[in-house]
Order: sequence, then C-alpha cells, then structure tokens
Amino acid sequence: MNSTEIIQLLQQQQGPALAAAVADGLHPHVVVPADRLMAVATVLRTDWRLRFDLLRCISAIDWPAKNTIELSYDLLATARGHSFAVKVLLDRANPRVESLRGIWPAAEWHEREAFDLMGVTFLHHPDLRRILLPEDWVGHPLRKDYQYPTEYQGLQLNP
Amino acid sequence: MGLIEGIFEPGLIVTSVDWVLNWSRQRSIFPMTFGIACCAIEMMAAGAARFDLDRFGAGAFRATPRQADLMIVAGTVTCKMAERLRRLWEQMAEPRFVIAMGACAISGGPYHLHAYHVVKGVDQIVPVDVYIPGCPPRPEALIEGLLRLQDKISTRTIAKQAQG
Ligand code: SF4
Repeated sequence: MNSTEIIQLLQQQQGPALAAAVADGLHPHVVVPADRLMAVATVLRTDWRLRFDLLRCISAIDWPAKNTIELSYDLLATARGHSFAVKVLLDRANPRVESLRGIWPAAEWHEREAFDLMGVTFLHHPDLRRILLPEDWVGHPLRKDYQYPTEYQGLQLNP
Repeated sequence: MGLIEGIFEPGLIVTSVDWVLNWSRQRSIFPMTFGIACCAIEMMAAGAARFDLDRFGAGAFRATPRQADLMIVAGTVTCKMAERLRRLWEQMAEPRFVIAMGACAISGGPYHLHAYHVVKGVDQIVPVDVYIPGCPPRPEALIEGLLRLQDKISTRTIAKQAQG
C-alpha cells in the first residue's frame, strides 16, 4: 500500500483520532493525540492490510519554541514492503505517553532511550530505567536547554 | 609496588636480581583484553599477524585482569565506564602498568569540548605510565609505546630508594 491508501484506511478505522496526515514527501506520517496512540498503533500492527511488524526507531525531538516534545515512531511492514510513521506531540514540561512495549517488543529499549536522553515518561513500561547514562545522572542531555555538568563523581568534565 | 620492592640494601646480588626480574618482566608484558572504542581496532591490528605484538612478548592478551600486567586504555572513557575501569585496574596484580592510547584516553580528544559524558583524560582515574598520541595511533605507535614502557620497567629495582 502507498501512504495515501494507508492514511485512508486509518481514517476509516480511527476517523477523528488523526490530528493531521502527510501523505507525500520524504516522511509520510500521521499525527495522533497521545491518548489515541495505543488504538492507532494496534490497528497498524494487526490490520491484515497493514501488518506493520517492525518498529524501526522511536525518535524524540525537542521543540522549545513550540513547547513540545515530538515522538516519531517509524514502522516497516516486512512482508508487505511498505513503511510509515506515527507522531505524537507531547507537553514539554510533562511528556507522558503510553508505552507500546506490548505491541512491538522492540519499543522497550527505544523508550528507555527516549526516557534517558529526553525525559519522556512512558506509562506502563515494564522497566523504565536509564539505558545509556549512569543511574545517578542528573537531567536529560538531549534537551536543548540542558546545562552541561562540570563534574561527575569527582571527575572534571569541563576543563 | 610489588611485595619485595624497596626492602633490600643495594649491592651486587640485588642488582643482579633486579636485572633478571626486569629482563623477564619487560619481555612478558601480558596486556588485558580491553578495548573501549575505535582505538581498540588498532590495538587488535597490532596484536594480529601483520604487526605481531608477540615479537615483544606482549601478544598474550589475557581475558581477566588478574592475569594481566598491562592495561591498554584504547578508546573513549565515558563517565559510566570510569567506575568499571577503575575496578578492573584495582583487580590487576602488581606491578601493573597503564598505557593511555589515543587522544580520547589522554584528554578526551574529539570529545574534549561539547561532550557531557566523556572523562577528560583517563589519568583522572588511574595512574598512566605511557601516553601514545594519535586518533587513532598506528600500530607502530603502539609498539613504540610498548618499547618505552619496557625502558621504564628496566629502571625498576628492589633496593631501598632514597627518601625524598
Ligand atoms: S582517539 Fe580517535 S580513534 Fe581513538 S578512540 Fe578516540 S576517537 Fe577513536
């Protein structure tokens, strides 16, 4: 299926859940509200025409001017050969969204990474710990307003 | 500092024992199998057939710190790794030596500025005997560093040192 057909199918099934849809360009995607993400993801995973069985990546993007954190879930259907993306926009002060660990197991580590570096909280995630940085690290370094530490456990970091 | 070092009066026998000890230590430096970033690729190349660290007695990479004499810090030391690196060093038997290989291990290298997670020089964590600059150093440079370490080992003695 091409992106236009995927969007049509999603609109039939999820109608008002889609906040926006982009069918052309390099990154065709739909934008959904955070509370509808689970429903849309379930359709994408289980509908026999879509069958998106591979979650390639979860990207978190910080937009301080818009006061938004954007999550982009990039999907691939390995048997059908089509790919697509879903985006959610979250409040920058308190980014929370449902974990998709139950739909795509690969989401577990991607979500831990987004939590570690961007501070997004994934509800009902089985093991939401930092994945790259030490457990006692302060802050989320890929936020655009992150203040670099000068010291970590006695090590000088900014000479 | 080993168990028998610094307790004997200098003399003919002591210097002869020194010579034997240093000779054997110089020629059987066992490095630890420990590579943490791209520099480790050059270290592996140095250990493989073309450059063959075994010619200098340093080709037996040990998979445990307890059998190793030399830690080649080949790569970027992150803050998370710092604690583990220190623990590995503490597990090594004395006398133990450290080579800081590459710009990252010396000073943070490409990550000296604008990196929140990289230790700016492994000498903040463990004492370093030889620094090998480069990004990455070629295997010849690692071999040169090893020879300088052998020079350093040759000056060791079990005799009492003058206090000072
Ligand atoms: S010094 Fe260069 S080659 Fe070596 S670990 Fe650092 S970036 Fe990699």
